[in-house]
Amino acid sequence: MDASLYASRRRRNHLAATASYAATFVGLTVLALILGVLFWHGFGGLSLRVFTEMTPPPGAAGGLLNAIVGSLIMTTLALLIGAPIGVLAGTYMAEYGRHSRLTSLVRFINDILLSAPSIVVGLFIYYVMVRPMGHFSGIAGAVVLAVLVVPVMVRTTEDMLRLVPDTLREAAASIGLPRSLMIRRVAYRAARAGIVTGLLLAVARISGETAPLLFTALNNQFYSTNLNAPMASLPSVIFQFALSPYKDWQNLAWTGALIITLAVLAMSIMARALTGTRKAS
Amino acid sequence: MNMVTPATPPVATPRLADVPALKDKIAIRNLDFYYGQSKALKGISLPLYANRATAFIGPSGCGKSTLLRVLNRMYDLYPNQRAEGQVVFDGTNILDPGLDLNLLRARIGMVFQKPTPFPMTIYDNIAFGIRLYEKLSKSEIDGRVEQALQRGALWNEVKDKLNANGLSLSGGQQQRLCIARTVAVRPEVILFDEPCSALDPISTAKIEELIDELKTDYTIVIVTHNMQQAARVSDKTAFMYLGELIEFDDTNKIFTSPRDRRTQDYITGRFG
Repeated sequence: MDASLYASRRRRNHLAATASYAATFVGLTVLALILGVLFWHGFGGLSLRVFTEMTPPPGAAGGLLNAIVGSLIMTTLALLIGAPIGVLAGTYMAEYGRHSRLTSLVRFINDILLSAPSIVVGLFIYYVMVRPMGHFSGIAGAVVLAVLVVPVMVRTTEDMLRLVPDTLREAAASIGLPRSLMIRRVAYRAARAGIVTGLLLAVARISGETAPLLFTALNNQFYSTNLNAPMASLPSVIFQFALSPYKDWQNLAWTGALIITLAVLAMSIMARALTGTRKAS
Repeated sequence: MNMVTPATPPVATPRLADVPALKDKIAIRNLDFYYGQSKALKGISLPLYANRATAFIGPSGCGKSTLLRVLNRMYDLYPNQRAEGQVVFDGTNILDPGLDLNLLRARIGMVFQKPTPFPMTIYDNIAFGIRLYEKLSKSEIDGRVEQALQRGALWNEVKDKLNANGLSLSGGQQQRLCIARTVAVRPEVILFDEPCSALDPISTAKIEELIDELKTDYTIVIVTHNMQQAARVSDKTAFMYLGELIEFDDTNKIFTSPRDRRTQDYITGRFG
């Protein structure tokens, strides 16, 4: 054995390991700093008032109720519109159209959509909805978020269904199960955890979107559940308040940022837990 | 009876025993099969007798699984696979393009190499197939589930945990669950595609015993790599090689005095 060759290999190994640890450390530090800063500035503002009162004018006390409700409404609607479209398209690609040309075409376009800057999608909806309607609206906000949900759902649904082994499909066919039932009762069930994970990741993605909402739902200083009128949302309130010169607005922005981050974190952890159970089974 | 002559050699074989009792359940006539351009089965003709177990043996790639998958048109799930010729099942040609495949597969069940329980409870694994084709009350379904699990020699092991996930069972139990699931639909023919190749010897013995019992009610076709298994469970054996049927005869004949040189080489372990 050549001792010097072995020693140099060990040195290189140490070097690579150290570099990897350092990179991990840097990444984790940044994350910890973000969370830390959010807690530092935002935690003090967390009180019942945040969830019960409207966004205040400068100098007055208030909360984020209208923004939270607006975000919840638009996110929910976006899921209701986007998730079924995404799941159905993904199902077509993984099950019915697995070998068709159309599927590769759709997958290609979907990948482009997946990485399209959300501000471009916002501009698109501005042109096709906001301009013809003549005003900003909550429904336009929901639609723009739905457009962002679709590619995520298409992708995860297709990927997860493709992970379902063909032997299971054959087994279903072998007892005379029609394809539609096989998909509904067997394939979806086998892929359920993965698809739900995709759904949660989609929510995580859209709940922080600001730019497309500025073009569509804009913002609203008052409590409104009217889908035909401008609607407040946490990201746009954060955007507006953080840029303002008023100290109390800035504090509310911090609190809002903390709330979004915690919500997204909770969803990621849930997604993780679900993925974990899928692997375990 | 249409005793189809194997491809080679064209020697008339005297059949001593049980010829009158044999009834064709399925008659394969001049079957060719293609994966895209490549021909995987070449002019196969073969009878499968009712209430008998027929084994397909041969080295890997000889087409035995392909032949099995023609019998319930499983190949239809995939593009670019097609069969030519005739496979007559109780008077109907199952290669007929207009055939209802779901009904066909309810009559010709299949058990796979790897256990494939559905991701649901043990009870639902069985009840699912029953509910597809029969409208029954809860208690009738309960009865059928028990019956099927008894038939699959699994009842005693699972009767207290019917609501457990089918995937929580051991490999051998999962395979018996799959057999029970197949039986529950009340098919006439059961196809086994190397059903024991993923199982330990004890589970294998249980399944072989089960196949032996199932013969009284069903027509059995089994593909196997294991020659002892073929010898143990089957009445008739078909030896295939490179997509052709080389020899088809009583199992003990094939294993004691094969007519073809290639059969002899294979069963004595000289190749394959």
